[in-house]
Amino acid sequence: MSRYSRHIILSEIGQKGQNKLIQAKVLVIGAGGLGCPILQYLAAAGVGTIGIVDFDIVEESNLQRQILFGMSTLGKNKALAAKERLEDLNPTISITAYPERLTVKNAVNLFNNYDIIIDGTDNFTTRYLINDASLITNKPLVYGAIYKFEGQVSVFNYENGPSYRCIFPTPPTAGSVPNCSEVGVLGVLPGIIGSMQANEVLKLILGLGNVLSGKLLCYNALTSETITLTVNKSELEINNVLNQKDTFQDNQEEFNCDISFNEISIEKALLRKNIQFIDVRETHEQPKVNIINHIQIPLSKLELQLDKIDTDKEKIIFCQSGIRSKKAVALLQKNNISNCYSLKEGAIAILEHYNQN
Amino acid sequence: MNLKIKYFGMLTEVTQCQEESFLFSKSTVSDLLDLLFSKYPMLKEKDFQVAQKQILVSKDTIISDAEIALLPPFAGG
Repeated sequence: MSRYSRHIILSEIGQKGQNKLIQAKVLVIGAGGLGCPILQYLAAAGVGTIGIVDFDIVEESNLQRQILFGMSTLGKNKALAAKERLEDLNPTISITAYPERLTVKNAVNLFNNYDIIIDGTDNFTTRYLINDASLITNKPLVYGAIYKFEGQVSVFNYENGPSYRCIFPTPPTAGSVPNCSEVGVLGVLPGIIGSMQANEVLKLILGLGNVLSGKLLCYNALTSETITLTVNKSELEINNVLNQKDTFQDNQEEFNCDISFNEISIEKALLRKNIQFIDVRETHEQPKVNIINHIQIPLSKLELQLDKIDTDKEKIIFCQSGIRSKKAVALLQKNNISNCYSLKEGAIAILEHYNQN
Repeated sequence: MNLKIKYFGMLTEVTQCQEESFLFSKSTVSDLLDLLFSKYPMLKEKDFQVAQKQILVSKDTIISDAEIALLPPFAGG
């Protein structure tokens, strides 16, 4: 096939290696800054079966770095939009979009259908969920994460190697480490880190070179420096996860933060009488939710503007997807403001509710 | 021993530098952290791991090499 000729003429790959790529099944979680370059290179390389998990929709502020999308896909689900773009890039492979959230309920079954799991998500709850489900299903996990101008790459759970919990045993406190939409990110950085992840995936499939197992590669885009740290395996951390294998699907609390009982759906929220909606997204974030009365206080400024909050009303806090709003509820509780609820699935849920009704 | 300490990610916002030299005469990683926490009280609020000579180590490890790095987890993607 001429499509793969530049692979096949490499003596290290050849037709045999290309066949391995065609037979491989990989699952990419998150079709955002990292997921886009990962998906683009794996689809172009001819990885035969690709799954894409993402519940989020394409926004204009994504286009600065999420290279699979454009003006024509604004407002579309990212998994579906990525699938459409990749099918044009390579119609010979099979791509499945899962336009849903990864949860303790669906993770294990989903992972069982693939050979390699790739983490391109943007929050710790999902990162720990992915790590634990990969351990339980015994799948190698290609990890990447970014912060402003820096990135980290590693391969976990590979041939009994270390896992993410061997570096960072427990998630940091909610809200202590911001993500890209809160602090910004250099657009090309996820391109570099995502490409490094794609490279690890190809090496895993082809059995080439040295896989970044037991290593954490740290890259700084401003200094162009790369440092590779050695990670030792912690049997204790790994056994802690494996011991919970049978109850994993019931373990909602750990992966939904500890304030999940303060979550509310849009349907239930609208049934309440005396409520104040608060949008804690940054002011530039889309889509705007003009359909309901609300006040806007970005999470980063929440503690400075507590006086705007109506203490006599029940507060329904929303963000884009329902993650930052949980942090906001925790923050308000810390400031002794009660009757606060985090809106499940955030602004997306509000818009979907009004579109359907 | 004159330690060379590297800071990553959001830790550089606390220390206002990516790297510094630090004179250290005690023994373990914990002792070093105590010194750093008194210099940068905000560092106590942060999650991070410590590497010595590019190997991630536990808090009770004896410091025997000048090359130290403080590494926080990143969420972004």
